[in-house]
Amino acid sequence: MSAGPMSLPPKPVRVPPWRDARIRGLAIQAAVVLAVAIAVAILATNLVGSMAERRLTFELDYLDNTAGFAIGEAVISYSATDSYGQALLVGFLNTLLVTVLGILFATILGLVVGVARLSGNWLVNRIAYGYVEIFRNTPLLVQLFIIYFAVFLQLPPVAQTMSLPGPVYLNQRGIFLPRPEPTGSFAPFAVGLAVGLLMAIVLWRFGVRRAAGGRPIRRVSWLCLGALLVIPALAWITAPSAPLVLDPPIAGRFNLSGGLGFSPEFSALLIGLVLYTAAFIAEVVRGGIQAVSHGQVEAARAIGLRNGQVLRLVVLPQALRVIIPPLTSQYLNLAKNSTLAIAIGYPDLFNVSTTVANQTGQPVAVITLVMGVYLVVSLVTSLVMNLYNRKVQIRER
Amino acid sequence: MTAEVPGFGADVPRLPPPVTQRGAVGWLRQHLFRTWKDTLLTLVLGVVLGWLLYQLTLWTFTSARWGVITDNLRLFLIGLYPAQEAWRIWLCLTSLSLLAGATAGSRGGYARTIAIWLMAGQLTVAVLAVFSPMGVVAILALVANSILVLVAQMATRRHPVRSRWLTTAWLASVPLTMLLLHGIAAVGMPVVDPDLWGGLLLTFLLASISMVLSFPVGVLLALGRRSRLPAIRLLCTTFIEVVRGVPLVTLIFLADIMLPLFLPDGVDLDRVVRAIGAFTLFTAAYLAENVRGGLQAIPRGQIEAAQAIGLSGMQVDRFIVLPQALRAVIPANVGLFISLLKDTTLVVIVGLLDVLGIGRAVLAQPEWLGTSFEVYAFVAVVFFGLSYTMSHASYRLEAALGVGRR
Repeated sequence: MSAGPMSLPPKPVRVPPWRDARIRGLAIQAAVVLAVAIAVAILATNLVGSMAERRLTFELDYLDNTAGFAIGEAVISYSATDSYGQALLVGFLNTLLVTVLGILFATILGLVVGVARLSGNWLVNRIAYGYVEIFRNTPLLVQLFIIYFAVFLQLPPVAQTMSLPGPVYLNQRGIFLPRPEPTGSFAPFAVGLAVGLLMAIVLWRFGVRRAAGGRPIRRVSWLCLGALLVIPALAWITAPSAPLVLDPPIAGRFNLSGGLGFSPEFSALLIGLVLYTAAFIAEVVRGGIQAVSHGQVEAARAIGLRNGQVLRLVVLPQALRVIIPPLTSQYLNLAKNSTLAIAIGYPDLFNVSTTVANQTGQPVAVITLVMGVYLVVSLVTSLVMNLYNRKVQIRER
Repeated sequence: MTAEVPGFGADVPRLPPPVTQRGAVGWLRQHLFRTWKDTLLTLVLGVVLGWLLYQLTLWTFTSARWGVITDNLRLFLIGLYPAQEAWRIWLCLTSLSLLAGATAGSRGGYARTIAIWLMAGQLTVAVLAVFSPMGVVAILALVANSILVLVAQMATRRHPVRSRWLTTAWLASVPLTMLLLHGIAAVGMPVVDPDLWGGLLLTFLLASISMVLSFPVGVLLALGRRSRLPAIRLLCTTFIEVVRGVPLVTLIFLADIMLPLFLPDGVDLDRVVRAIGAFTLFTAAYLAENVRGGLQAIPRGQIEAAQAIGLSGMQVDRFIVLPQALRAVIPANVGLFISLLKDTTLVVIVGLLDVLGIGRAVLAQPEWLGTSFEVYAFVAVVFFGLSYTMSHASYRLEAALGVGRR
């Protein structure tokens, strides 16, 4: 056979169109898109038909109408004469409040429990394990019911308010704490606080840079702490009157007045979300810490770091890289789980929206709007956390 | 005098370590009282924990009114399912016991954990039934079922059932159970409306049917998300991200209130079916992400090798990629099933009577006022038992599959 260099290039093989990968791909895509389009069209036709029948719309006009219902608690001013839009905004801010506080406390508790899970102290270790297993293996809704119906609603009535040191008061109306109240001389104190914080940050960064250059400043963390405490303390002492006074709740005949009060619904939801999410965060933290190789810990001990320093300077910064992605999904879960507020009557976005849907008789428009809001919040949060994640990952060469 | 270094002589007896470093004392010093900080922590936590446990025990055995559970046990188990049709549930439970026992005998390992817990669960219910007005027949049936698990397990240990038969039986049991519980009007079997299904029965049905249905959907979505074809990739990614981005409650609400609007006139789906639809779509999106993780773990060389021996794209997926990917994500999917089981409690929000919903309904009776802690603690214990069992079975399964070691 003369397959030598002189021979002609082989005749191109004609592939029949049904075996051509490109054509087949296009055909499959066209078929799937068509099928989905037909399904959507059928559903949409039905939807439009039944919506017209029931006089439902997708329009957002209802947002300007008067709501006519009261909301138990609101961050911004709201009354029954305000619009539906304002009511939904109140709900959104309530969701935001419980989510942000929930994330903050769940992170702290989760970190503590996660570290306790690895403690050498057997009792601490077992308590952390028991906590994690109990809270991860029972439904959040059941936990919320226990906290709300079996704990908060069983508290004594207002007339027999329980008082704890602090003064903290507990009764069926919720938890009441003293509220720090700024006085006339608060402004100079705030300036002192800001200056102290700024100095501490500047000192810390300077110290880090010097340490990276091989000339560390000794006890830089104590200097930072000093700056943070001494300057505000000086501002407090030199102020003509105390910049902050505590306004304690005062027991009245029908309720407590003054102070900082949290409703049983809000408290139960916050506590439930924190306890539940912290159990998951604890496992994330434990996994992250265990992912740091043991040699790192031994090396850190060998150069004379104490236990706390090993954790803070060597283990946690490396564990953080493993922790961030699953932590993000826990934060998102917490935000989404806050919709369970409806089961115990806290006016979050979803709860308010079901009321609005009932009152306006426009469930389609309202639910679509609310789902859109949750979707946007979820996507934005994962975007932000992904950016942060990219920042803390190791930059490999 | 021999100038022998102490301890190096052959005749010097080997001393055990001092008493403070061995045995119980050594363990205590090592694990509870190593430093003064440890000691302080141990003492404070020990006192607090002891006090809590003491209070809990005291309450459980003296002031708790457990009658709310035992008197309403039937409701907690099967809801409002008519009493004269209850034999169908017994039949389902018996076949479940048989199947679980046979699987445990044939496969061992993780399946044995589940079989043991199924036995323990039925015996626990039998003990509760002693204090309830459910009658002797129920108690005997439950005990007989637990014995059946054991018998089936012993019988199949010698002669294992082939795993293909087991898989088929498990898969077939889901629609058969549904059919049996619903009843077939055509053959004169009275139909039990799904609105009457409740309690633990409904919880199990919601979770297992949604999981079985979501499996094929999730696998297809995962394959679609990794497809070369942009239109399919876009569709699948959009679906997955939208469903994962919204809270489950809104989906259940949507299915409950808005689904009828999407259906043509005259077609009316049952509320339980609508809830199953919502759970299926939700679980499928999360399952797709699990499976995608498994797909990404398959080395590129496997696919190239399969293509080199002339397999078509679909054959590569079917024979090379999916078997490996699905095995790798079994533990993750057990985790998903556990959260699905816990999430079924959300149907309370649209008013279905699952085990938690029954709890609320029972508490609405004036005679059981003030027993909310008993009821919700009972529900919590039920879920804890189920999830804890499954997560431990999943650890054993993980070890048996050698995930991450092969």
